[in-house]
Amino acid sequence: MSKEKPAKERIAIIGVGQTAFGEQWDRSIRRISLTAATACIADAGVSGDDIDALYVSNTSTSSFIQQEHQAVMAADSGGLLPVASTEVEAACASGGVAVRHAFLAVKSGEHKVAMVIGCEKMSDISEPAIADTLMSAADREWEGQIGATFPALFALLARRHMHNYGTTEEQLAAPAVKAHANAVDNPYAQFRFKITTEQVLKGPVVADPLRMLHCAPISDGAAAAILVRGDLVEKFEGDPIWIDASTQASDTLALHDRPHITRFGAVASVAKKAYEKCKMKPKDVEIAEVHDSFSISEIISVEDLGFVEKGKGGVAISDGYFDKKGTLPVNVSGGLKAKGHPVGATGIAQVVEMVEQLRGTAGKRQVKGVKRGLTLNMGGTGSTAVLHILNRE
Amino acid sequence: MPEVGILGYGGYIPRYRIKVEEIARVWGKDGKAIGAGLGLLEKSVPGLDEDTTTISVEAARNALKCAQIDPNRIGAVYVGSESHVYATKPTGTVVAEAINAPNSLQCADFSFACKAGTAAMQVCIGLVKSKEVDVGLAIGSDTAQSKPGDALEYAAAAGGAAFLIGSDEDMVASFEGTYSYTSDTPDFWRREGTDFPEHGSRFTGLPAYFRHVQQAAMGLFEKMGTKASDYDWGVFHSPNGKFPRRVGQTLGFKPEHIQPSLVVDYVGNTYAGSSPLGLAATLDIAKPSQKILMVSYGSGAGSDAFHIEVMKPVTEKRKRKPMVQDYIDDKVYIDYAQYAKHRRTIKVE
Repeated sequence: MSKEKPAKERIAIIGVGQTAFGEQWDRSIRRISLTAATACIADAGVSGDDIDALYVSNTSTSSFIQQEHQAVMAADSGGLLPVASTEVEAACASGGVAVRHAFLAVKSGEHKVAMVIGCEKMSDISEPAIADTLMSAADREWEGQIGATFPALFALLARRHMHNYGTTEEQLAAPAVKAHANAVDNPYAQFRFKITTEQVLKGPVVADPLRMLHCAPISDGAAAAILVRGDLVEKFEGDPIWIDASTQASDTLALHDRPHITRFGAVASVAKKAYEKCKMKPKDVEIAEVHDSFSISEIISVEDLGFVEKGKGGVAISDGYFDKKGTLPVNVSGGLKAKGHPVGATGIAQVVEMVEQLRGTAGKRQVKGVKRGLTLNMGGTGSTAVLHILNRE
Repeated sequence: MPEVGILGYGGYIPRYRIKVEEIARVWGKDGKAIGAGLGLLEKSVPGLDEDTTTISVEAARNALKCAQIDPNRIGAVYVGSESHVYATKPTGTVVAEAINAPNSLQCADFSFACKAGTAAMQVCIGLVKSKEVDVGLAIGSDTAQSKPGDALEYAAAAGGAAFLIGSDEDMVASFEGTYSYTSDTPDFWRREGTDFPEHGSRFTGLPAYFRHVQQAAMGLFEKMGTKASDYDWGVFHSPNGKFPRRVGQTLGFKPEHIQPSLVVDYVGNTYAGSSPLGLAATLDIAKPSQKILMVSYGSGAGSDAFHIEVMKPVTEKRKRKPMVQDYIDDKVYIDYAQYAKHRRTIKVE
């Protein structure tokens, strides 16, 4: 569809930037955000005066560092005043939703150049406090107060998937093993080393059947992108990647209210809408970044995105279908598992990776010749799903 | 002749031990994995009538046996610990009386987390060099606190070492130089009135322990014009078995050069007693003219690095007192219930 539309009706990403992900004890959230933002501005070739809308995503800076109003902090410390700045929160999907809001703002014609920054500083508080803070994104009354944590909820999904479809413990380990192998080539990644299936299976149990290496880590980091109206692309130096679709959907907040817990309804919904918009089929996706906060999330996601039949996600990942050199490379960046998961930055970091892949500037982890890619960002146990289809042309 | 050195030294470790696996059993954890993760097997536990004061006295008496000097020559007693028995009332006065030190005495208790003992050594070195005192006694000892069920519980142990510092010709080792590195780094703390310390988990590693120990060691290398290969032995603060090995390797020490100091493997983390006990264990086996690098670490945070040269009298004088290894070997295992009683975590009024 891309070439049929006049440029003015299309939206392009002309700049991206991110920090390395990991434990950044010596850097404040201001500095982390600014590092990603300035890299992004330089990449786009815009000046601060060009940016007329700013969306800042984070999941819970109020609990992590007792600071709200991140959007103004970023605008102020970045010298972007008096830009219209808005904070976006949608749990771990905050970043993807911020990209979508910037997309809508520019598409509406109200803004010309919109910037998104996703940032999170998680390592300043204790691990139990982090787990409790993250639990704010589930149903506190019905899930949190009975003692459930996110690992516990995703463990239920995993156990049920194993029961329904015969997914094995080895298959459950496969997304994590793949993520670590891919992250070796990503200079931004938190864990640049390989792991084996055996290591995953021997790790300490977090919530049966999930072990430590099935779970994404606690990370600090930021990522940023700049979106412009299509007819303005020529004005700036940044190499444009076009947004063909931006779709978002919601599912129940609590897991127990769903008819099937091995299906992410919101993911199936955003995928259907996006494929329709782009007049494409799942098999037309050439590369994808999906939300592997736990290895079971990637297994269920690749099914609900229509890449494989329901129940076959584990087998397919295990068989190498989604490897970097497989049929459809998924999470070449290392994913949330090995690249790191600074929650509010994650959705934007997925877009950053996809822009680099489609531009052909992803260095050692470049997948050759890819033109169209998909990013899927989720919040909670799949309660929010936001998807972007990006296009080289 | 060196200006200042160790006239006598001695360690002390309570005989009770609890295995990491026994602690893990109580909390439903995998003891083997935790032991492998921390790099230690068991830890010492103070007896029912032992505390920082009694451990300090035992270590000081061993140091006197080693030095065989008249206690009346002692002009300063400084005890470093993070488990002083009283919040207000010194440990040092009890120790001084117990070893017949004179009343004409400088005395104070030191605290700087796990490096309080080496801070006391530095002060004694200064006092002896400036001839303010004839002999100073510096002690690092602890009955380390840890919250039941916390990661610290697997390692927090009891023990200490004492050093008589002076300028006599028959010193067992000389202090050739020290260097300290200090910053405001809140990795581990215990507030007034609370029973157990809290810590910043992984933050206690790279930005805390490793940064300070490495910076202090490198600062000392620069000051002395030395490098790791100039030292025969390395002694590093040992909060667990892994950290001292890793920092030693980073600085350029081979595993066998720090092995004698790794009391931690069998005794655990004796907090302010840790690097002093490591030094005592190393002096127990060192040969004359060998060089030792000791670097302590105290949370909060700081490290004291020492360039120490072993002198001839060490071979004879160390035989006069029990070796650190003797205390390591003399052990009685207790279970968690007895441990809870020893650590007074069972409330009985």
